[in-house]
Amino acid sequence: MPASPTAPDAVRDNREKMLERAMSRHNYSGDALIEVLHAAQELYGFLPPELLKKVARKLKLPPSRVYGVATFYHFFSLAPKGEHFFQVCTGTACYVAGAQELLNVLERRCAKAGGTSPDGKVSVQAARCIGSCGLAPAVIYDGRILARVTEKQLNEELDRIGVS
Amino acid sequence: MTLDELIERQESEQERQRKLKRRILCCTAAGCMSCGAETVRKAVAAEIQAQGKESEMEVCGTGCMGLCSRGPLVRTSDDGSLYGDVDAEDAAALVSDAPAAYARLGAKRIDTSAPFFTRQKKIVLAHSGEVDPERLNDYIAAGGYQALGRALAEMTPEEVIAEIRKSGLRGRGGAGYPTALKWELVAKQSATPKYVVCNADEGDPGAFMDRSILEGDPHLVLEGMAIAGYAVGAQQGYIYVRGEYALAIQRLQAAIRQAERERLLGSRVFEESFQFRIDLRIGAGAFVCGEETALIASIEGRRGQPRQRPPYPPESGLWGQPTLINNVETFANVAPILLNGGDWFASIGSGASKGTKVFALAGRIANTGLIEVPMGIPLREIIFDIGGGVPGGGGFKAAQTGGPSGGCIPAEYLDTPVDYESLAAIGSIMGSGGLIVMDQASSMVDVARFFMEFCMDESCGKCIPCRAGTVQMHDILTRILNGEGTPDDIEMLERLCIVLRETSLCGLGQTAPNPVLSTLRYFRHEYEQLVQPKPAPAGGQS
Repeated sequence: MPASPTAPDAVRDNREKMLERAMSRHNYSGDALIEVLHAAQELYGFLPPELLKKVARKLKLPPSRVYGVATFYHFFSLAPKGEHFFQVCTGTACYVAGAQELLNVLERRCAKAGGTSPDGKVSVQAARCIGSCGLAPAVIYDGRILARVTEKQLNEELDRIGVS
Repeated sequence: MTLDELIERQESEQERQRKLKRRILCCTAAGCMSCGAETVRKAVAAEIQAQGKESEMEVCGTGCMGLCSRGPLVRTSDDGSLYGDVDAEDAAALVSDAPAAYARLGAKRIDTSAPFFTRQKKIVLAHSGEVDPERLNDYIAAGGYQALGRALAEMTPEEVIAEIRKSGLRGRGGAGYPTALKWELVAKQSATPKYVVCNADEGDPGAFMDRSILEGDPHLVLEGMAIAGYAVGAQQGYIYVRGEYALAIQRLQAAIRQAERERLLGSRVFEESFQFRIDLRIGAGAFVCGEETALIASIEGRRGQPRQRPPYPPESGLWGQPTLINNVETFANVAPILLNGGDWFASIGSGASKGTKVFALAGRIANTGLIEVPMGIPLREIIFDIGGGVPGGGGFKAAQTGGPSGGCIPAEYLDTPVDYESLAAIGSIMGSGGLIVMDQASSMVDVARFFMEFCMDESCGKCIPCRAGTVQMHDILTRILNGEGTPDDIEMLERLCIVLRETSLCGLGQTAPNPVLSTLRYFRHEYEQLVQPKPAPAGGQS
């Protein structure tokens, strides 16, 4: 879950402590920036600017370096994710099996790839090959791999979760 | 553990397995996992208990069994049968001895005398589907860690490198650089510390060989790295693995812990003076990090941008120290070479390409999955005999190898032997092992645009030819596909291809034009059809 101002203090404290532990495990070394960002994103769901500033301060790195690394890698997200997350594999096998049509459905009904629908319900991503080419076209839906997905199935699922 | 203790452990584990009536091996690689393998495994375990057969049967998860399109796959050890499309309701039959039970499974039995199985030659994948990747003893029973033990006890580092040289092993990441030469370069550096890095940032779309090796046989890679560490004089190794490969990461972490506990890694390996630690570095999703200097930058916690070479990593790599970087599959070949000898390895394969190569078959092909074949096998045999041909009557059009750095191979070159030089001669590359088959319905211009879009997204932005060139080429290809292209566009595309190839800083930009060049070479008519000049406006168009 993304950090929200309404999160109970106890929970927030705990996450801070866990992030602190991740940094101390690497002796606050700047070389461990990517590991620390992985840990931070796992705890908070995304990397808000204040969090990046804090990491920069603790690891004694210029904020530009931390921001530069966080924006360079696809894995890190600077904005909160929606309630549901669709990652359409766009590897070659999925592409020739019709991944683009699936992505079109999601882009038409929810959000552009890489974005989140205005109501915060669905995030859409065009994923790099997930290596499950035997299941093409594949979609990772909230962390679960769906195999041989059709436009019809996808539309039905979107109807089910109440996407207009 | 000493070498003698290791051999003792091997024998007692083999004995334990022999005494079992049946081991039920469930493929738990990512492909089968995503279609219910875990449910099957749990159901079988529950069934063994329910039938009170704990003393005679056991259920194990294994690495990839290859035929991913038929998953979940299950193998029974006593008769060697392989079953496909297994579900939880088959559990009782798998555990039962009643002939009636076999009737249910009969329809799901896969014919293992089919070419898909018999034409393969397994070195790297020899244990995959046979051993439980989460149990060190399974690997030891299969002879695991004996190559490392023997190397430490009986060979000098120079002798290890000599054996690798004799084998003719070349880098399996795609470029095919002779492995022994790289090892020698690192070994002769006097600066210390040195590092061994395993490149597991498998990024080509349509390629899942490395993931399958790491998931199916993690200890094989660890052992290969430790042998390399001994040969070049390094005490620290890193595995740079894609963040998306959650299962591979989990299994590697477990394998490292197990090996350290038994002194097969860590300090005083095999009670000898040699020490070698391995740590994981989790990638964060950047294709360019497969390039070795970008990978180094990423391990150091920076943006994964390549730098000018030379100096090459063997001289100045991680933190400026001598660094050996090999691909997962390369390391996986090391222990089998030391166990069986370099001459044995060199007897497999053809010409200057020795040994085997793992391929991931995908696209319009009947048997999608993971295969390992001797080098030099004709492409036709891979696609039509092992792969089962093109389904749906669409007919074969092209095979794509080497991902975004590779090319499309048309039907007239199907008899090309699969080795480094032959594939390069027809405008593709061996690459890391992705092999995607396209049928007549696929537009080759669209395929070229697909790969260009990939390179455009993944360009790190450091050098201008790649940063700007991929965008321009993508725009032109899109224009052509939309029917708005002109014959001049094709010419411009060709000029840009040369600029990118000759002037980009790293392999990503230098090879980004390959899919365009190869489709232009073999399917130029498809481009030309799309840029037919429109009828003259004098015709009275409004």
